[in-house]
Amino acid sequence: MAELLDALAVALKAGIGFQAVFFALLAIGLNIQFAYTGLLNFGQIAFAMLGGYGIAISVAQWGLPFWVGVLIGIAAAVLLALLLGIPTLRLRADYLAIATIAAAEGLRLTFRSVSATPITAGTRGLSGFSDPFVALAPWDTARRYSLLGTRWSGADLWVTLVGWILVALACLLVWLLVRSPWGRVVKSIREDEDAVRALGKNVYVYKMQALVLGGVLGALGGMVYAVGTASATPDQYQNANTFLAYAALILGGAARVLGPVIGAMLLYFIIQFADTGLRTLIGNGVIPEDLLSATDVAQIRFMIIGLGLILLLIFRPQGIFGDRREVMLDAR
Amino acid sequence: MPAEPTPTGAHASSTTGAGGPPRRLAQAALRDLPWEIGVAKPDPAIVVDGVVRTFGGLTAVSVDHLEIQRGGITGLIGPNGAGKTTLFNLLTGFDQPDGGSWSFDGRPLGKLSPHQVARLGVVRTFQLTKALSRLTVLQNMLLGAQGQRGEGFFRALVPGIWRAQEEANTEKAMDLLRRFKLDAKKDDFAGTLSGGQRKLLEMARALMSDPKVVMLDEPMAGVNPALTQSLLGHVKDLREQGMTVVFVEHDMDVVRDISDWVVVMAAGKVIAEGPPESISQNKAVVDAYLGAHHDAPLTIEDEDRVLAEAEATIAHGEQTDDVSRAGRRTKKRTDR
Repeated sequence: MAELLDALAVALKAGIGFQAVFFALLAIGLNIQFAYTGLLNFGQIAFAMLGGYGIAISVAQWGLPFWVGVLIGIAAAVLLALLLGIPTLRLRADYLAIATIAAAEGLRLTFRSVSATPITAGTRGLSGFSDPFVALAPWDTARRYSLLGTRWSGADLWVTLVGWILVALACLLVWLLVRSPWGRVVKSIREDEDAVRALGKNVYVYKMQALVLGGVLGALGGMVYAVGTASATPDQYQNANTFLAYAALILGGAARVLGPVIGAMLLYFIIQFADTGLRTLIGNGVIPEDLLSATDVAQIRFMIIGLGLILLLIFRPQGIFGDRREVMLDAR
Repeated sequence: MPAEPTPTGAHASSTTGAGGPPRRLAQAALRDLPWEIGVAKPDPAIVVDGVVRTFGGLTAVSVDHLEIQRGGITGLIGPNGAGKTTLFNLLTGFDQPDGGSWSFDGRPLGKLSPHQVARLGVVRTFQLTKALSRLTVLQNMLLGAQGQRGEGFFRALVPGIWRAQEEANTEKAMDLLRRFKLDAKKDDFAGTLSGGQRKLLEMARALMSDPKVVMLDEPMAGVNPALTQSLLGHVKDLREQGMTVVFVEHDMDVVRDISDWVVVMAAGKVIAEGPPESISQNKAVVDAYLGAHHDAPLTIEDEDRVLAEAEATIAHGEQTDDVSRAGRRTKKRTDR
């Protein structure tokens, strides 16, 4: 029993750790793009990778200051959004989906390729770029601190705190935007772009703004992740993360300001609890070794997530915060 | 455009000229025009010149010259596939033609995108109603307002910049909703409205932008007869407020009732124009509706049926002068 409580504590830590911040920021970006504007971005992780590598390459390879790296990461995300958006946003929604998913895979493979090794260090990845940021922490980062029954390193605590401040600011931004006339226009674009065009709004510009904003939030998520893990390797940025961020968004409730945040915390809590919980149960023999071995757990936990999402879509399609009336209103 | 000797409409308007003087200004202005294709109007709002749109080998629209009178209601009719909606799309920037020019108030509209056309004051509605389902009725209305300060990305972040304007727009929207009897539904999702209410909402939303020209694509399609009457009333109101209305419609009773001028299209071309009374007498129009299949291969059953219907029409021709209504019936059958 004590072991299960430990597993719970570990999961709780994961649910508020920097990984949850990472998914929350990705999902807030997707919330703007997908849930409010109706853009299908299936490559959100590409923006995160540019954010993370923006810092990693600038600091570790080029020796630039940390904050210049942050700016470079954001600029790279804006550039990617423009590159993806300019040719596809005048077309049907599917084309953006195809372009983004291809860009995410293509960028990851480029970053880990041999020819890119002089800049990205290939599959070995980059490290040592987060020290200037960790040094800013107002407390001693070498010590370990106890919080909610879990142990945190000072550096983790600092990254996580700054991460949650970023999430709070992002939520404030989304809240301000969606209650304004700007938010009304993008929600209308989600419903029917031609109707919005016929009323004199430049749909293309609004879609581009939403794509860039969501991409920048994704880049911030990638930065938090890179600084949190103190390393940047291309395979951290598998495109499966994009879909986990979608899962977080749907779990929390799409087109709700806090939906993606709560969704990301819960999702990461469930993933971690399934993982440590199952390992504990196998370890103390509750689940027989022949049925399930500890090595299977990594896969099994995603099956549990998948099952949970299916049940969610059947019994609560609006997610935690959503309005069932609104989700069920399927006009098309 | 060669001017053929055609009857002038002087006597024709006497049949419907019952309305008060301000209501029928455009009709009076159009009364003495010859009933010929491409005739110059006294005060044209929209002028179309040589607009051609082809889809592969099919010429969907080929209009040599067309003028639309300001402040009047112009009905655009024609069999299915005549190019009415394509012409609408071209005029409002939703589609680009292969050639030709068209202008509104003397400003060329070629190469403008839909939102630029809308900002000039030409708004349209759609054949398949586009209510924004997951927005409330009031939000739908507010979207229609033009020049909103809060629609810019950065200004949206400072509510102080747009709040006053938003309140003024809300007031205007509520006025319009009351007129269209949708005010009780203001907080409902537009997706919960009935088909007819959506048509009303779409029209009301278009009016939020204070348009100069309103283009209605089949405003009465799929609307019950009671609501048709109220929609008709609203369309007439638009004219009284000085707007120019162009509408596509299949119901000849409706067309006859409200239009000041009717333009008939078939196979992409304008085949006739004139006051509504002139249209049912026009041979080209009757041919377009009745003879839509005259050069296409028909099965023997089809041929027999068309023949029987044509004979029936001829037999009853003296009793009912409403030729176009019979035409409509035939078209519906053959369209299947």
